[in-house]
Amino acid sequence: MNNKVLFLSFICVIIFSNTVSAQDLAKGKKIYETRCLVCHQADGGGVPNMNAPLDGASNVVGNNIARLVRIIRAGYSEKVPLDGMYYNNVMTPNPDLKDADIANVLSYIRTSWSNKASKITVAQVQAVKGKK
Amino acid sequence: MKKNKIILVLLIVLLSLVVALQAQENAGLKLPAGFKATLFADTIGSARHIAITSNGVVFAKLMYPNKAGNSIVRLQDANQDGVADNIKGWAKYGGTGIYVRGNQLYATSDNDVYLYQLNEKDEVVNPQSPKTIVKGLLARNQHASKSITLDGQNNIYVNIGAYSNACQEKDRVKGSKGMFPCPILDSAGGIWKFDGNKENQVYANGERYATGLRNVVGLDWNKQSNSLFVLQHGRDQLNSFYPELYSNEESAELPAETMYEIHKGDDAGWPYVYYDPFQKKKILSPEYGGDGKKEGGENAIDPAVFFPAHMAPNALLFYTGNQFPAKYKNGAFIAFHGSWNRAPLPQEGYFVAFVPFKNGKPNGAWEIFANGFAGEGKVMNTRKAKARPCGLAQGPDGSLYVSDDSRGSIFKISYTK
Repeated sequence: MNNKVLFLSFICVIIFSNTVSAQDLAKGKKIYETRCLVCHQADGGGVPNMNAPLDGASNVVGNNIARLVRIIRAGYSEKVPLDGMYYNNVMTPNPDLKDADIANVLSYIRTSWSNKASKITVAQVQAVKGKK
Repeated sequence: MKKNKIILVLLIVLLSLVVALQAQENAGLKLPAGFKATLFADTIGSARHIAITSNGVVFAKLMYPNKAGNSIVRLQDANQDGVADNIKGWAKYGGTGIYVRGNQLYATSDNDVYLYQLNEKDEVVNPQSPKTIVKGLLARNQHASKSITLDGQNNIYVNIGAYSNACQEKDRVKGSKGMFPCPILDSAGGIWKFDGNKENQVYANGERYATGLRNVVGLDWNKQSNSLFVLQHGRDQLNSFYPELYSNEESAELPAETMYEIHKGDDAGWPYVYYDPFQKKKILSPEYGGDGKKEGGENAIDPAVFFPAHMAPNALLFYTGNQFPAKYKNGAFIAFHGSWNRAPLPQEGYFVAFVPFKNGKPNGAWEIFANGFAGEGKVMNTRKAKARPCGLAQGPDGSLYVSDDSRGSIFKISYTK
């Protein structure tokens, strides 16, 4: 009996240690509201020709997680088209955000509005080193 | 019985048609009494500025080539019903500026100013081989668009926007200081004056006519005062970078959008100061040691008119027509593109405003002239705005045309009593 409980607890720990909780998403939302919302807007729609959209943007819901992490850390000012459009404004770097903060805000962005991409774990953010 | 049903269905169809037509009254715009509007053109592409010939042919400059692959569009209303019926285009380069002077048509990319020749039918003679009037102007993504106007003496005035928010060492980085002196001002953040006909001019051939202007999109020459007037886009993100000095609410209302009368050599103060519409003062920017109260810019000019923050004035037109009532004569129409930097508060702008002028000076409070471009209700998120006013031009009959770079429409507003 005791062994069974221990085993179940062990399974639970394994499952939940690798996922992002509702609490983490709420933390991510808070970061979004204080740092991202002014430019990317409450609906994640960005501003045409100025600030890139996050809602439905191919690279935001895509699999290149390292690029997203680096953009949040170091900002962005390259003139590169996103889904056929150009966005002129520069993205502010966030060097003070911890890996857990970045995981939370990315998880929030990737699962909000019409986005249904996977959440991002702290381990995935930790794995991103360097600037390129 | 069957007949009745058919009649009923027909009645319902008719009724819904009437309702649909009524919803489109004045092309969805709210206007002062006696004015009406038509949707002159729709979905032509990202129409920035527009210009009209003395025969009423409209030219629109697009930010991107449209679906037909053209970035300058020529529109004609041959049957005079208020809707363009002959639409053509050419050119591949995106841009904002366009200006007609007689049979000359100026258009800008983000780096250059080109000049096309029109024939007696206002058709472009040399669509593939315009003269290059100015070339090699700075365009570093931010505030890269070039707006133009001419005076009565063959000079062309070009806005070169600052590729920065507040000339910080690191642009839009929290805690990064403002550079002093701001090195951007040597080649941007002002208005440059060039010869309107001379080919292949570069910076060295022009003169910095005015400085300390962060980004001007709307500008026009006032024939009464014989001087240039410009509209500045004020700085962004006071709250994002200085939350200890500015609340969300204060940041949404600061600084004012400003109109300046410009004389040669004027300095409007950017990046060192911004204009506070409540204190009615030039306030030292926080990047330069300001605290929201300290004044600065002793040598900088004051605005001729100021407007609420972040509404993005994208076009200025002094009305010289005779169609509108007398109060509009020589006054200023302003197209406000609409804000984004007020979030999380509701956005503002997305209308055409009017400022009465007398003898070349502002003479009374500004008012909303045409509204409803964005659709019903408050705009919370910028992309939800249906249309965003961006360009203005006056037709030969005195009608006012408004272009929009979101849906790609052009509205024609006329006075009918």
